Amino acid sequence: MDGLTKRFGGVVASDAITLAVEAGELHAVIGPNGAGKTTLIGQLTGETTPDAGRIRFAGRDITSLPGWRRCALGLARSFQITSLFLDFSVLDNVALAVQARAGHSFRFWRDARREPELRQPALAALERVGLAHRADVLVAGLSHGEHRQLEIAMALATSPRMLLLDEPMAGMGPEESVRMVGLLRELKRELTILLVEHDMEAVFALADRITVLVYGRVIATGAPEAIRANAEVRQAYLGDSEEAAGHG
Amino acid sequence: MLLVLEQCLNGLQLGLLLFLLAAGLTLVFGIMDLVNLAHGSLYMIGAYFAATFTALTGSFLAGALLALGATLLVGMSVEVVALRRLYGRDHLDHVLGTFGLILFFNELVRLIWGPAGLTVPLPDWLNTAVPVMPGLLYPTYRIAIIAMSLLVALLLYLLVMRTRLGMLIRAGASNREMVGALGVNIQLLYTLVFGLGAALAGLAGLMQAPILTVAIGMGENILILAFVVIIIGGIGSIRGAFIASILVGLADTLGRGFLPELFKLVVSPAAAAAAAPALSSMLIYLIMAAVLVLRPEGLFPAANR
Amino acid sequence: MTGLLDLRSLVVAALLVLLAALPLYTGLTGNQFLLSVFTRIVVLAIAAVSLNLIMGYGGMVSFGHAAYIGIGGYAVGILASEGVTSGLVQLPVALAVSALFALAVGALSLRTRGVYFIMITLAFAQMIYYVAVGLSRYGGDDGLTIYRRSQLAGVLDLSNKTVFYYFCLAWLAATVVLVWRLVNSRFGMVIRGARSNDRRMRAIGFPTFRYRLVCFVISGTLCGLSGALLANHTDFVSPAMMHWTRSGDLIVMVVLGGMGSLFGPLIGTVTLLVLEEALPVIIGLLAWPLLGAGAARAGEYWQLVLGPLLLLIVLYARGGIDGMLSGARRA
Repeated sequence: MDGLTKRFGGVVASDAITLAVEAGELHAVIGPNGAGKTTLIGQLTGETTPDAGRIRFAGRDITSLPGWRRCALGLARSFQITSLFLDFSVLDNVALAVQARAGHSFRFWRDARREPELRQPALAALERVGLAHRADVLVAGLSHGEHRQLEIAMALATSPRMLLLDEPMAGMGPEESVRMVGLLRELKRELTILLVEHDMEAVFALADRITVLVYGRVIATGAPEAIRANAEVRQAYLGDSEEAAGHG
Repeated sequence: MLLVLEQCLNGLQLGLLLFLLAAGLTLVFGIMDLVNLAHGSLYMIGAYFAATFTALTGSFLAGALLALGATLLVGMSVEVVALRRLYGRDHLDHVLGTFGLILFFNELVRLIWGPAGLTVPLPDWLNTAVPVMPGLLYPTYRIAIIAMSLLVALLLYLLVMRTRLGMLIRAGASNREMVGALGVNIQLLYTLVFGLGAALAGLAGLMQAPILTVAIGMGENILILAFVVIIIGGIGSIRGAFIASILVGLADTLGRGFLPELFKLVVSPAAAAAAAPALSSMLIYLIMAAVLVLRPEGLFPAANR
Repeated sequence: MTGLLDLRSLVVAALLVLLAALPLYTGLTGNQFLLSVFTRIVVLAIAAVSLNLIMGYGGMVSFGHAAYIGIGGYAVGILASEGVTSGLVQLPVALAVSALFALAVGALSLRTRGVYFIMITLAFAQMIYYVAVGLSRYGGDDGLTIYRRSQLAGVLDLSNKTVFYYFCLAWLAATVVLVWRLVNSRFGMVIRGARSNDRRMRAIGFPTFRYRLVCFVISGTLCGLSGALLANHTDFVSPAMMHWTRSGDLIVMVVLGGMGSLFGPLIGTVTLLVLEEALPVIIGLLAWPLLGAGAARAGEYWQLVLGPLLLLIVLYARGGIDGMLSGARRA
């Protein structure tokens, strides 16, 4: 992304953000609350239109492409506030994501729930995140941590090249967090990931590079150690002691 | 030329009546997030009360005042008894519930006043015409409607912009929970706002009673026009409602008046006679469609909606 | 869909048997009125099923579906008055015009959500209503009489009430089967997903607008079918068919029966129309001790009861009858 700017009334949510995510890396974006991280993701996925700036993905300028098209190009996202199909089963949710990539859906007769082309990849994605045993449960009956796992499964089911993860660890207990970190570590090997997170332990454990966002502006980008040592970053965000690690 | 001016005045009058209705609708929707289809019923009740009270007291003004008060009471009672249970629910629930109220009110009116329509005679001092321009005599009563509506519009503006109540209304429109948390009696506020809307609807109903109609089902026809106004103007926006209602009033009146003539210039008189009435009716909806294509939020959408 | 012997399945099965066997009963007893009432029920049930498709499964609440009944009806009526009485021409025309109108209205209205959508569909239906009123050549406000029912190349005689009843019942069955396959297909999944969480659907890559539009058009077309059949049933079309209160009735039928269930709209239609006939009688009976001879007139005001009844249902029985039967509360 290049020079991404977004204003809401008098508030500049994104101030000329320029950032390049290398293929195959896990790039974390951190920053205090209100730094504009979710707005950034919104612009990347096409939900919000930037006032200025361009976005390039896999060699293409996607700034004017509608959101659903970007997903077809391989850009998948998980939501910070869980946004699932609550009245459907876990398997149905993921199957929908598979279906989105399986050509057009103007098929009116065959029972979609029985189609192996949809079920198999969905089950596979669920296996990856460890939810296969809950396949037929209604989403409304899942725990919060399982919701987050499902979010990832759905993003995976669209066969993405790059994942935009919006605070996947939010609200997770210690055990679930460890599991999620393990999962992300695995995924890191196959996909490019842009991770927005507050959980500093996870960020420092996983990230290849970190960008720090404060009031919509990028104040630093670089390797984790460099960020940790950066005085501006410490002042703005981490505070002066190591105690800042943990759920911010 | 004079004919155009006269039709413009008629259009203005219709527009202002629509504004009274639309303002009430948009207030209730903006503040309480309530879709009230029975708003037209309050309009109808206002007209019926006016007919009865005028007949009872022999004075149009007294009848009008009493009708206004009665409609206000009915409106607030309906809110307390039935409608407040609908707050916070799905809009479809509102539509269904208030649709049921429409059926109820139509039948109730039929039970009390009978199926035939009523008339409200104009007092002599209003049943005159004044020269608005050299050569153009315009009915005094219609001017009175225009003046009254403009006055009410001004009062509404002052109320919303300059008073504490208005501030609460505007605050409530943006953030319901906060206003409640500030210790304001939300229930009372809602009842008052609904009452205000009911009074506006009743006023519109009683004002048009002597010159247009007092009949069962009259509320529904104009209600849809009011909704068209709100869609064009932007839901929740009184300013939008004002401008849109004038626009719709003028468009409808001038359209019905002059479209057939314009048509005759282009096509044969027979075709014009056949197509023009249908097209005049469609005109407002075509405008609405255009607004939807170009600016789906309406022309002057309220800030937070 | 729970087990085969639960209450809901039993009620539905009983209803289906009733509908199938009715002409046998009315043939024996000579009760033509009852046959006529149920023909109307079957025809309007088609409209209710079409509305349930977009409302119950798609989450799109159309307050203007009576327009399609009118369009379908007027297609038959206008063609008949111009001398074209072949059903093989009338029906496709009715369906085509309904589809086109649905396409136009849908393309404009589906850009909006919630109450906007409701009001806009209402407004467009009103527009068509006024167009029909303005059609002086075809009766305008007074309506248009149809002197000859749709001719089906001699294969079926639709002026025979029993034949016509089964004709309509066949169409109802076909419509229900179509909707059943539709909502479980890939297409149906998209529609239902879009109802559940439109934002997420778009995020995973579905252009939901076009799917909803197609669904809307299918719904409008099926409703036009209902209109064409209704015109044949009443031998008459008038703008009153498309009055917005008719659209309200359709919504009531769908919600009363249970939105988003396959047989809900059928249950709802039967219930509402039976209530329409039965409430006046019931009220008359109940009022007898109080009003004596005036009790019959009390029955005329049955809508006084229906109105608040509707409100109560909305407040306390949102899942409709189907919801009550299956013991579940639907959102």
